[in-house]
Amino acid sequence: MIGGLFIYNHKGEVLISRVYRDDIGRNAVDAFRVNVIHARQQVRSPVTNIARTSFFHVKRSNIWLAAVTKQNVNAAMVFEFLYKMCDVMTAYFGKISEENIKNNFVLIYELLDEILDFGYPQNSETGALKTFITQQGIKGQHQTKEEQSQITSQVTGQIGWRREGIKYRRNELFLDVLESVNLLMSPQGQVLSAHVSGRVVMKSYLSGMPECKFGMNDKIVIDKQGKGGATDEAGKSGKQSIAIDDCTFHQCVRLSKFDSERSISFIPPDGEYELMRYRTTKDIILPFRVIPLVREVGRTKLEVKVVIKSNFKPSLLAQKIEVRIPTPLNTSGVQVICMKGKAKYKASENAIVWKIKRMAGMKESQISAEIELLPTNDKKKWARPPISMNFEVPFAPSGLKVRYLKVFESKLNYSDHDVIKWVRYIGRSGIYETRC
Amino acid sequence: MTDSKYFTTTKKGEIFELKAELNSDKKEKKKEAVKKVIASMTVGKDVSALFPDVVNCMQTDNLELKKLVYLYLMNYAKSQPDMAIMAVNTFVKDCEDPNPLIRALAVRTMGCIRVDKITEYLCEPLRKCLKDEDPYVRKTAAVCVAKLHDINAQLVEDQGFLDTLKDLISDSNPMVVANAVAALSEIAESHPNSNLLDLNPQTINKLLTALNECTEWGQIFILDCLANYTPRDDRESQSICERVTPRLSHANSAVVLSAVKVLMKFMEMLPKDLDYYGTLLKKLAPPLVTLLSAEPELQYVALRNINLIVQRRPEILKHEMKVFFVKYNDPIYVKLEKLDIMIRLASQANIAQVLAELKEYATEVDVDFVRKAVRAIGRCAIKVEQSAERCVSTLLDLIQTKVNYVVQEAIVVIKDIFRKYPNKYESVIATLCENLDSLDEPEARAAMIWIVGEYAERIDNADELLESFLEGFHDESTQVQLQLLTAIVKLFLKKPTETQELVQQVLSLATQDSDNPDLRDRGYIYWRLLSTDPVAAKEVVLAEKPLISEETDLIEPTLLEELICHIGTLASVYHKPPSAFVEGSRGVQHKRLPGSAGSGESVESPDTSSAAGLSEAPPAVIPSQGDLLGDLLNLDLTPPATTGPTPPPSSGMQLGAMDLLGGGLDSLPPIPLRTDTPQSPQLPHQSPSPPDYSPTELGGDLGGSPAMGAAFGAPPAVMPASFNAPVSGGLDDLFDLGGGVGMTMGAYSPPKTIWLPAMKAKGLEISGTFARRAGVIQMEMTLSNKAMSVMTDFAIQFNRNSFGLAPAGPLQVLTPLNPNQSIEVALPLSTVGPVMKMEPLSNLQVAVKNNIDVFYFSCQYPISMLFVEDGKMERQVFLATWKDIPNDNESQFQIKDCHLNSDAVSNKLQSSNVFTIAKRTVEGQDMLYQSMKLTNGIWVLAELRVQTGNPNYTVSLKCRAPEVSQCVFQSYEAILKN
Repeated sequence: MIGGLFIYNHKGEVLISRVYRDDIGRNAVDAFRVNVIHARQQVRSPVTNIARTSFFHVKRSNIWLAAVTKQNVNAAMVFEFLYKMCDVMTAYFGKISEENIKNNFVLIYELLDEILDFGYPQNSETGALKTFITQQGIKGQHQTKEEQSQITSQVTGQIGWRREGIKYRRNELFLDVLESVNLLMSPQGQVLSAHVSGRVVMKSYLSGMPECKFGMNDKIVIDKQGKGGATDEAGKSGKQSIAIDDCTFHQCVRLSKFDSERSISFIPPDGEYELMRYRTTKDIILPFRVIPLVREVGRTKLEVKVVIKSNFKPSLLAQKIEVRIPTPLNTSGVQVICMKGKAKYKASENAIVWKIKRMAGMKESQISAEIELLPTNDKKKWARPPISMNFEVPFAPSGLKVRYLKVFESKLNYSDHDVIKWVRYIGRSGIYETRC
Repeated sequence: MTDSKYFTTTKKGEIFELKAELNSDKKEKKKEAVKKVIASMTVGKDVSALFPDVVNCMQTDNLELKKLVYLYLMNYAKSQPDMAIMAVNTFVKDCEDPNPLIRALAVRTMGCIRVDKITEYLCEPLRKCLKDEDPYVRKTAAVCVAKLHDINAQLVEDQGFLDTLKDLISDSNPMVVANAVAALSEIAESHPNSNLLDLNPQTINKLLTALNECTEWGQIFILDCLANYTPRDDRESQSICERVTPRLSHANSAVVLSAVKVLMKFMEMLPKDLDYYGTLLKKLAPPLVTLLSAEPELQYVALRNINLIVQRRPEILKHEMKVFFVKYNDPIYVKLEKLDIMIRLASQANIAQVLAELKEYATEVDVDFVRKAVRAIGRCAIKVEQSAERCVSTLLDLIQTKVNYVVQEAIVVIKDIFRKYPNKYESVIATLCENLDSLDEPEARAAMIWIVGEYAERIDNADELLESFLEGFHDESTQVQLQLLTAIVKLFLKKPTETQELVQQVLSLATQDSDNPDLRDRGYIYWRLLSTDPVAAKEVVLAEKPLISEETDLIEPTLLEELICHIGTLASVYHKPPSAFVEGSRGVQHKRLPGSAGSGESVESPDTSSAAGLSEAPPAVIPSQGDLLGDLLNLDLTPPATTGPTPPPSSGMQLGAMDLLGGGLDSLPPIPLRTDTPQSPQLPHQSPSPPDYSPTELGGDLGGSPAMGAAFGAPPAVMPASFNAPVSGGLDDLFDLGGGVGMTMGAYSPPKTIWLPAMKAKGLEISGTFARRAGVIQMEMTLSNKAMSVMTDFAIQFNRNSFGLAPAGPLQVLTPLNPNQSIEVALPLSTVGPVMKMEPLSNLQVAVKNNIDVFYFSCQYPISMLFVEDGKMERQVFLATWKDIPNDNESQFQIKDCHLNSDAVSNKLQSSNVFTIAKRTVEGQDMLYQSMKLTNGIWVLAELRVQTGNPNYTVSLKCRAPEVSQCVFQSYEAILKN
């Protein structure tokens, strides 16, 4: 298991050092600094073995977190733990920075004592931790016995991510469907690869221990229902359902229930958390199409014309559109004409950057540029990197729709109807490239 | 003011100040002071002097203060064991506190105070806490048992904590179950034979139930534990799989990977025609793909594991090639791993896409990545025949870029393509020759030279090209030198008239002016071949080459099986068995997949199964030594491969080489040792350059293989037997070196003695011994620096000696030797150095140089170290030889006070390569007839008389060189009495 955990600043000075196992000595702290933080070359692996000691590290801005071990530990778990550690620290004191860590070092030691015992990760849900470890010192001195046992039963209990007795005057929840759409397209407009990776993020402000059920237009569910119900409708709704390649859930979701019935039921943590992640590859709505045209005029000139077409409902507006057209290294000058937005040649980035603030669906816009080149005797041909695009659209490119989110809380007197629910869809570009 | 101020105290006398503050009456001030102490501790200052003062603050109601004091205690208790006892009372008291948080805190901290004296006091509180009413205390106590076990295992067993821990598996709280499982698994690891984790269907059922309810970390502990279970039949296997599959949708990647491990393992037991088997295969792909959208560090772990999974079950991901395409902003370690998997998944169906991608990658910036991409194109050509042509043209395009490292890499892979598809793409040779001048890396130069030599008849100016390389012959690396030698001999055989001078030149360069034994040996072999029988030479050198395999870098199957059992762990990231990087007994047992061996062995008894695994491994596995050697090299136990002969017993080489050199002192066996039978069918396959030019492999090829040894005339019937033992012994060593336990079978090696006292060598002390490990003679030394200054630049040299011992490589002292530091060095020795008879015979004069001076000392080596592995003589030969050696050469010795029976004697001697050929019992006396052979070919025959009840043995030695008898006798004595 994890033998020790160290936090360093960018200079390699130790900010936090907690050793859990006897086989890890102080020299391990230095070994990592010398061999990884101060190493001249780029880090070639997140796992480093120095003198039979293994170091796992992640970096958050300029802070290094390193877990150390001499055993054959579960490597995936160590990294998951390090990420979790970062999440917990962020939840307690915001950004992970040298200043914040120094200011909260006592708190961090307390947390490390609690969430890692003899190198074994323990309950690390902030919701539960905050009930007895706070920045103002530890609660617990003046608690009643009931409160104490409530804390321990929550930390060890089945629902470690939520405490009892939460109360809101207004029961409210927010669902964000955040998708990033990735595309690689050939110059002829053929889709080489496309996929959407999406997340459902939930902010819940609900009283008590509510039982929730989340439904979306998952093809498998809709087809199953279709079989039982009216056949006509099944055909219709089948079109609107989507095939999910794979999905993963927050630990609050009952996985065995999903496996057997494909229903997503859970008791949510309080506040913001990520309910699920998913991936789709079929029938993706590509919000934009890029049509490039590059012509070499002689040896010292290139003519580039790029057309973008928006491909969604005219009533919707895409935002923050940016098209990046790479230029050869020997570019000496560029003239650009665009119908909409602003375009600029950025010599330092070797690209023409074309920005459009807003664009409605089913529209088209174009840019043309003349690129003048310096004559070179470099035989190596220009590799023509792909044209990339960034944007944000108010719908889910995968076609995912939230069908319902039902809330049941039998003990308190509010029902599903009383809960105010908000749903929002945001589609962003991931790596969205068209070769030219 | 914020807490960061504590980090900035640097003034002198602060310890003193802190002491005062710690003893202050004001609570706030006390707390501040403890915080300062902890901050100093964090940055590495020694604040142990404050121990009593800090411990005094322990008895407080303030939980925060208490925690800080505990933190201090954990750090320093070990250095102040007597003081630490002061804390015991508080712990005992806290374990009774009404607040469960405090009880748990006490039991948690207690276990971290690693002081033997204290542990006994902790047993009672721990026992109570294990049965506490609060689950939070119980789950903490469960881990505490593992802590205590780490300090004092016996105590834990005596106190019966293990049984209590086992009971906790049935606890009602899932987190208690999870921690108990984790603790038990860890304890079981250090007791491989105990049946601690008594996994039976009932416990498995409990674990599976807890799996659904506990935290993500608990799920990992449980899944990792489940993976050690072997289901009784396929039905049970399937039902467990069914209950584990839902975990594949967990957001925590480690849960997913551990679930994958369980499924991969249990799947082995399912019949392949089962519907469920197919379903399961399909279910595995999506989660693996999803892992690739995790953070980069986790992607790396996932990719290393996918690499294993793809090798074991390629069908799972065969349609998922696209997800392994490299993204522009992937970190380099992710890119390199993705590339590896792309090559493995390449098939006819997707080759076009893959090639297009690889071509893109070859224009990237990172040099390592580009090289690997170029190499990958070559691999595709070899793997998918239909694509070969496209690959070759892509490679030619890349050569046109003239980017130096791209060109070199391309030439290396084109050489492999030529070997795979002979007489198909030779039209590109002209293009390759254009780039001759730009090649500056040995591998590329060697590849190019190979191409020129192989196709000498089609290249008009082949002789000129090779001649140009010859100019700087001595500056080339061994790889290039060897290749150049072979290429010129090939050229000569193809165009004898024009190149006679050239071949003379290279042969004399190789044989007379080179220090490298490999090169010299090869030179002599060619020379003799060419001078005795040019026709045979042609047959040997220009023989048809064996095909190269399609897949490279495949992990050796038994290792792969073991690694599959370790999915998700460090072993799977390093692609090495845990024994290679874990110290001590933990994790040294080899895990295996169930049912895959075809026998009924269960994994629950790792000892027997691992032993079986090793002995089952046929000698044929040896060719994949690349991997194993790699492991060894990483362990720093042997010098880099370039320095000399490597583990496979290469006695054949020594025998052959000695004879070729004409240096054999004795040609005793009547079976001819001449090399006039090179037409032996195996030989032609050995001689041409193997796909990879590493000198290691050449060494192996020329001498190490049994086939070659046979061709040189050693008694064939005996060979396999005498080879088998050392081979598996060698494997043993390879697997066990890490654990440091494998040497039991090895040859006798005397304990280290001081050769060079520090007094005589300006503070450098050398103690050492000799050993024969897997057929290699090693001089094992401990260099200690007892001077005040750093020592660097170590080198070693031997004076001429009786058996031509010489270092086979430089002394590997890579780091400077600091004052008071010691370093262990193993120096492999060869026996091809200059020979001079010494007095006594086994005397060795050594000179060691460092940055300070040169020092001389002499030592004696046990002659048993020179006994080679094929020293077993055939009975008939033994008889004839015994008679043949004049009686004057016989000498008799007494070995006194030895209490072994004859079998033990013969076993003991056998491990030092003294072979018992026959045993006769006459009148209560056992007569053992034994033979051994020295590295220089001298045979020694022995008759050992062992009488039951008499501790004195008589040994008669017969040898054509009677001088050695005395030494041999001494070795007998040393081996038997040790």
